[in-house]
Parts: sequence; structure tokens; C-alpha cells
Amino acid sequence: MGLVSVPPFESFYEEHRDAVLRELRRLVGKDAEDAYQETFLRALRAYGRLKHTENLRAWVLTIARRVAVDYYRRREATPVVVEPETDSRPAYAELRELADGLPRKERAAVVLRYGYDMSYAAIGAALGSTEDAARQAASAGVRRLRRRMQ
Amino acid sequence: MTVSPTLDARFREAAAAAGLLDVAYDLAETPIGTLLVATTDRGVCRISYDPEPERDAESLAHTFGVRVLRATKPIDPVRHQLDEYFEGKRTEFELPIDLRHQAPFSRAVLNRLARVPYGHLTTYGALAAEAHRPRAARAVGTVMNRNPVPIVLPCHRVVGANGSLTGYGGGLERKELLLKLEGALQPTLPDAPPAPPGGPSSA
Repeated sequence: MGLVSVPPFESFYEEHRDAVLRELRRLVGKDAEDAYQETFLRALRAYGRLKHTENLRAWVLTIARRVAVDYYRRREATPVVVEPETDSRPAYAELRELADGLPRKERAAVVLRYGYDMSYAAIGAALGSTEDAARQAASAGVRRLRRRMQ
Repeated sequence: MTVSPTLDARFREAAAAAGLLDVAYDLAETPIGTLLVATTDRGVCRISYDPEPERDAESLAHTFGVRVLRATKPIDPVRHQLDEYFEGKRTEFELPIDLRHQAPFSRAVLNRLARVPYGHLTTYGALAAEAHRPRAARAVGTVMNRNPVPIVLPCHRVVGANGSLTGYGGGLERKELLLKLEGALQPTLPDAPPAPPGGPSSA
């Protein structure tokens, strides 16, 4: 052997896990534990092909930051009407409550569009009306919600 | 900030379940001491007496690949069968064994060794003869001494031509305990062939 070789994953993991969790708590807060697992699984996938042994700390923190970025993207992808920080329920569950009190057709269109991500054509078909009517009902519903939240 | 045992265990099991490990290992408690047990996707690859996990992980990484991680679940079947063996409820291990990194002669000898039944004794010379190298008793002794999976591959059942226990990688005391457990430590020996010139080395 003689040459410096990549340490067993076990030693690498033991050495850096606390620092990774600390960084993820800072970056994604309550999602840190899921992000922790994701970070080390990604590291493990790449570990067998690793050529360098310097700065493994910097390497794994880079992976952690990429995982954190993916978490941000996922949060942004949820509908604008929900507040992503405080609730981890699926979007449709939050929307259902939020849309309570809207006229029936608007409520259905909003929940199906923004909670279930259905197309207007599909919503129209589901409600026994047309694509255009579904689009109008959804946008009327969203306008009404905005007014209510102001 | 330290990682909680739950979070730690969750990652380790996920890593093993995802098939991302070259080697999974864990410690197993037995009446003859703590063992380090390691497995690959092909089977049991290492059982060490008097483990030093850091040194053992290095050695496993060197032989099987660097993705070595302690994990409980992959080791459970081995742990379970070892428990049964030490309770006297199991006379045969049903475990795949990973011998891919053994030299051809070692592999041939270890494969013969696997067939020495519970509670029976054989000799270095007899194993050598079975591996078609009747004069290689000393080399068989070396293979026994380096047996990667003692207990499961029963090198404790191999003794000198004169019936002396000769030696054991985990210490003679353990060899004696294993043979007593199996009820094999009687003064009777199977018909041992005469010792080859030079005699076997210690194992």
C-alpha cells in the first residue's frame, strides 16, 4: 500500500457526520434529518470512485449544500398560496382548508388545479363543464382567496 | 451538534438496503467473546476474534472495496445462526460465503473444510490429500491459520496427525471450547493418515 488511500467509508462517515448535520440544520432547519440521509447516500454512491483524499470535509459539505438547494427548489415548487415553512402536509390538504367557503365550483377548481396539479381540460371534464370554464373558476377562486388574505 | 443514534441507525440501514455497500459489518456477542462479522452481497467474508473495528475496517476496505460500513441488518442472519450454534441447536451453517479473494489452493482447501461435519475431527494431512496435494499439510496449516470465516468454516475441527490440537487463529483455548461444545473432544480420532515429512505447521 504505502500510498495514502481513501479511508473506509465508516471512518469518513464518523469523522464528518456531526459537521454535516450542523450545516444542514443551518440550511434547511427541520428537514435536516432527511437531508442528512440524502447527503450521505449521495456521498456513498460517489465514494467508490473517489480519487483524492484531501479535503473530504469540504467535499461532503459541498454535497450537503447541493442537497439543501434541492430542498429549496422543492419548497418553491409548492403552490404560492401555501406557506412552506410551517407545514409539511401535502399541498392538497392545506388547500382544502384554505379553499373552504369558496363557491363550490371555484373551490373544486382551485383544489384540483393547485393541489392535485390537474390540467384545466381534466378539471373541466371532472366538473362536467369545459376547459375554459374550469380556468375561469380557478382564477376567480384564487382572486377571491387573495382578497380574503389581505 | 451530534447525530442521534436513531438518525445514525436510519442512515446505516438505508445504505445497506440500497445495496451501496461493498462490506457491511457488525459486532456479535458469543460465549467465546465478541466477534466482528462482515458480509458482502455474496456472503460472509470475515469473522474476526478480538476485533479492533478500525483496523478490521481498513483491512476489509483493502480487500473488498472502500464502501465499508457498520450496519446491523445484513449481519443478523449470521448472528442468528451463531446464536443457535452456541446453544447447541445448530450443527450446520446455512450461509453463503464469499471466498472470491482467496487463492485457488486456499479456496479448494476451504471448500473441503466446509464439508467436515459437526463433532468430527480431521487432520491437516487428510485435508491436503483431499485437495489433491497430499504433501501440502504445512500449506493447509497456513490456510487454516488464515481462515477468513472461522467457526462457520470449521478449522477448529482440524488437528495434528497425532491428535494434538496443534494451534488455532483465535487461540487454543477457543479451539478446545468449540470442540467440547460439539462433543468432539474425546481421545478417539478418526483414522489419520501418517504425518507427511516435515509435519504440519501450527494453525
